This record gives sequence, C-alpha cells and structure tokens, in this order.
Amino acid sequence: MAHKTENPRAWLFVAPVLLLVAFNAFIPLMAVINYSVQESFGNNLFFWHGIGWFEQIMNSERFQATLLRQGFFTFIILAIELPLGVAIALTMPKKGFWVPVCLVLMALPLLVPWNVVGAMWNIFALPDLGLLGATLNGFGWEYNMTSDPFDAWFTMILMDVWHWTSLVVLLSYAGLVSIPDAFYQAARIDGASRLSVFRFIELPKMKHVLTIAVLLRFMDSFKIYTEPFVLTGGGPGNSTTLLSIDLVKIGLGQFDLGPAAAMSLIYFLIVLTFSWIFYTLMTKNDPM
Amino acid sequence: MATIELQNLRHSYVPEPKGPEDYALKHMNFTWKDGGAYALLGPSGCGKSTLLNIISSLVTPSEGKVLFDGRDVTPLTPDQRNIAQVFQFPVIYDTMTVYNNLAFPLKNRGFSRQRIEERVREIAGLLEIEPLLQQRAANLSPDNKQKISMGRGLVRDDVNVIMFDEPLTVIDPHLKWKLRSKLKELHQSVQTTMIYVTHDQTEALTFADEVVVMEEGQVVQIGTPVELFEKPAHTFVGHFIGSPGMNILPAEMNGDGPSFHGTAVPVANPPARLEGNERLEIGVRPEFVRFARKGESGLPVEVLKTTDTGRYRLVFARAGDTKLHAILPEDESEAPTGQAEVIFDPERTRLYADGWLLEN
Repeated sequence: MAHKTENPRAWLFVAPVLLLVAFNAFIPLMAVINYSVQESFGNNLFFWHGIGWFEQIMNSERFQATLLRQGFFTFIILAIELPLGVAIALTMPKKGFWVPVCLVLMALPLLVPWNVVGAMWNIFALPDLGLLGATLNGFGWEYNMTSDPFDAWFTMILMDVWHWTSLVVLLSYAGLVSIPDAFYQAARIDGASRLSVFRFIELPKMKHVLTIAVLLRFMDSFKIYTEPFVLTGGGPGNSTTLLSIDLVKIGLGQFDLGPAAAMSLIYFLIVLTFSWIFYTLMTKNDPM
Repeated sequence: MATIELQNLRHSYVPEPKGPEDYALKHMNFTWKDGGAYALLGPSGCGKSTLLNIISSLVTPSEGKVLFDGRDVTPLTPDQRNIAQVFQFPVIYDTMTVYNNLAFPLKNRGFSRQRIEERVREIAGLLEIEPLLQQRAANLSPDNKQKISMGRGLVRDDVNVIMFDEPLTVIDPHLKWKLRSKLKELHQSVQTTMIYVTHDQTEALTFADEVVVMEEGQVVQIGTPVELFEKPAHTFVGHFIGSPGMNILPAEMNGDGPSFHGTAVPVANPPARLEGNERLEIGVRPEFVRFARKGESGLPVEVLKTTDTGRYRLVFARAGDTKLHAILPEDESEAPTGQAEVIFDPERTRLYADGWLLEN
C-alpha cells in the first residue's frame, strides 16, 4: 500500500474554500431543508412537521399547474432555440472579415442584464407606443400582452429566444469550426449530399457542445425569474407564473417558509435529475 | 480508370500573382499513365498537396487544364471526376459502423444493396478488417481508422485514380511498414492508378513504380527509384534521396575536365560546351566514394569520424570546407583516420550546372 503523508497544515490551505462553500451553498441548503420539515409561527418558534409540506406541495393543484406551465415553457424555448441556433451557426462565415462582426453581433444579447431585457421588452410590447405592440396592432392583430394570455406567452417566448439563441449559436459555431477541412473534402469525394454532411459529419461533431447547450438552456429556462417577472409579473392572472415566480410569491409574499422550502427542494431535484439523466444518456457511447 | 494529363498547369493562392515566387505550383505539363503507381515526393511546402488537390478538384488551378482520358475535367466537382482521396488524418463517419463507413460512397451513388455488400466484404477482406465490420468506427485505433479511410477510397472499382496524401502520418512505425506493403499489394490486385504523396523517401521508393520529385512548386525529376538513385537530374534530388544524400562539391573547369580545389575529378558527363558563367558542382553518392589504395592518388580529405551502422561504416570527412560522406563496406580493414585521399567512381560521378545535370 502506498504510504500516505499526514500533514495537518494541509487543512489550513483547504479552509478558505471550505468556508466559502459552506456559507454560499451548504449552510443555505441545510437551512432550506430545515424549514421544509418544520412549521413556524413567528418569534422563531418551530415545530416538527415531517414530510407534511412535501405532501401538501405535491398534491396542490397550484403547484401542478405551475410545473406544467414551466415544463411547457422550457420545452418550447428548447424546441425553438436549438434548431434555430444550429441553423444560424451553419450560415455564419468560417473565415474572413465577417467572422468577428458576426460573433460580436451574436454576443450582444447575452451581455444585456436580465432585468433590462424584461424592461426593454415590456416597453417594446406596449400596444400603443412599443415598436412590436404598435406594429402588430397596425397589422390588425389586437395584441395586448397585459390582457391576453396568448399574447403574454408569445412575447415571453420571443424575448427568451432573442436573449438566449445566441448562446446556442456560439456553442454550435465553436463545434463547427473545430471540424477539419478534410472531413468536408472527404464527404465531397464520397459524393455525400448536403443533408448527409450535416447528418454524418456536422451533427456528430457538434454533439458535445449541443449537450452543453441543452443542459445550460434547460437549467436556465427552468430557473428563469427576472425576465418574465419584469415583463408580465406572472400575469395576466396566473398565466405566465413560472415556478420561480410562484416560489417567490409563496416564500416572500405569503411568508410560508415551510411550503416554499419544500417546493424549492422538489424543484431542485427535478432540475438535477433531468440534467443527470440527459448527460448520462448523451455521453454513454463516448470513448473514455 | 484513366490517363491523367496536366496541361500548362499553374497555381497561385495569391489573387494577383506577380512573380514566380507567388506560384505554389509553377508551370507544369505531365501525364500520369493509366494503372501506374506513382509517388509524389518532396519536402513539406513544395506544392505536392496543391497538385494533388488540383487533380481531385478540391482546388481549381489558376491556369491550365486537367484532362482525364483526353476529356477536359477542369470544371468538374470531385464526385463528378470520380476519384478517391485518402487524407493525412483518418476521416471517419463517427456515428456509423465500419460497414456503413465503407458502404457510404456506394450508397451515395445508388448502388444496389447486393453490390454494396459484395464490394464492402471484398475490400474489408483485402484490408483485413472483416472482424470489425459491425463495430462503431469511432472507437477504433488510428491505424484501423486509416484503413477504413483507405477502404472508402478502394471500395469503388470504377474510380479514375486513388490519391493518398501522406496517409501514414499518424500510424505507428511498425504498422507503417505493414500498411505500406498492403498498399503495394492492393495496387497489384486492383490495378487502379494510384498517386501517393509523401515527404518520406522510403515510403515513396517502396510504393512507387515511378517517383515524381518536386521542389518549390516544380517537378525536378521523374524516374524509377533506381534512376533517382543512380542518376539524379538535379542536386536537390541527389541530396533529398539517399541516406545520407549525395555529396556535392563546388567545381571549376580545368582544361577539359572539372576539378575541385586543383585536383582533377573525372566525371561520367564531361561537358561538351559551357557558357562559362554557370555554377558548377560535382555530385557523387557516398556509396561510390572509396579511399585511395597505396600507390593511388586522389582527392585529399581530412577524416573527422567513422560510425558503424552494423551493415556498413559511414565516414564523415572534410575536403577544404566542404563536408563529404563515404560509405565503406563492413569487410574492409581499418577505416582511415586523419589525412587521407579519396577516389570517386568516375562512372557514377556527375557534373551539375546551376543545380541541373549536364547532358553530354
């Protein structure tokens, strides 16, 4: 057996990281777990509640509806942003003067802060003054995001596509430019069609970056809060109340710490489970 | 299968070439005979890959034409020209099995299932990769991947030419030798024109019936391995081929024959006529240099060191400030040291003017 060197001073070097992780992740998470199994009546009085809050959340129609809404939102934006991002990346130039221009243009939406995006689109969508709202109304669509749930969803999805498709584009582009020329030349010599080149060369070579893109967009869209909150505030009614918006309402609006804590844990486990399954499936066949 | 003719070919990667130095490929006329095994040999950057890509239509030449069997194919695309090319690094369709990789060029051209099956099995047999056919191509070793790349070139039996662009770069040395003899064997069984690009003389000389030596965008000599060895048309060829390469000594004319530092050196091609302003050089391979026996007089040299390779002894010497190599057989007694005299085999010693072999 290999000899292990004991050096207590090593703990000194690890301590800063341990402290940091403890304060920004471990202790808050434990606090949430603590809340999720207790009932409180103010004055810092807590009573054991077991898995009661979890049962209540899982059986609540409000949570089920929100989860469904959230799943729908994430599904739609993934279904739009991934193909669109790949398509844009395919049309971008591979070398020359226009490469940096395209890259900067693509990166721009990513640089805008979330709340600014929400505020921008809020104004953009005003039916009388906003460019988008006024234009749509001008074409005869009675568009009003604050009263029509469909219009609210339409705007919310358009906003997310505008804000985040660039990320998919940049990741796909990075995957595409790493393909050596010989692959395209070999495909031309083998008589492959454009579709075959995409199917058998570009897509497989982009697999890893696309896996990352799906994971990032899934997690981010599932956790999305600021943009729809600033844009619609969850309305009209509850129609655009996504999971995190509902969570904030319960936790900070109604100050129901127990149910909110239970809900965040369920929420966290959904994101974690999905990401793990997806990543495992996508990397299953990779050579080590 | 086809005879490939290059007519007045020139290529420059610069949009508006000014002088000859802007051309990656200088003026070229050449015919590749049908069914030949050619090697295109030259140092990196000499234009051999450019030439290859022009034949395969991956690069369109700035000037000149490419003809297959007399038909102008310059404007045609690679698949219209019906050629195959194997690249320096293995190109594999990762998601497909080995079988589908080999079948891909045939499927794209609409061959029948049965015909595809037949061809793939045959080529897999030749390359000895039959046991791998149902495996995913992505997880194979580099040499097996390169075999698949080659297989995709060989699988079509109607191709005009198969081109190999330094295909053994990523292969382990002990497998290189195996794959090389495999290729030679394949050429004999399929009889397709093959062009093999390499900067490795051993690869070129073992594979090819005829070797085309290139330097700085032009062909300096075309010949069989023996011709390149015995009668290099240019000092570059003499120097590039052989290990070590040909000895090249600056020479001046002294009466009828050339001499080096005042010592007359008889050559196989004494010049009939000279302009008088050429740069003259004497070329002799180390194999044809021997030390003077007692009573003979030769060119005085200083022996620097001798190394024994096991098969022969290599003598490093210096004549004036020119380096000189000599290869001595193992059986000879003591290798000379210090001051000595060497004699060149006059039948194998040649005179070059401005780098080119003088005709006599």
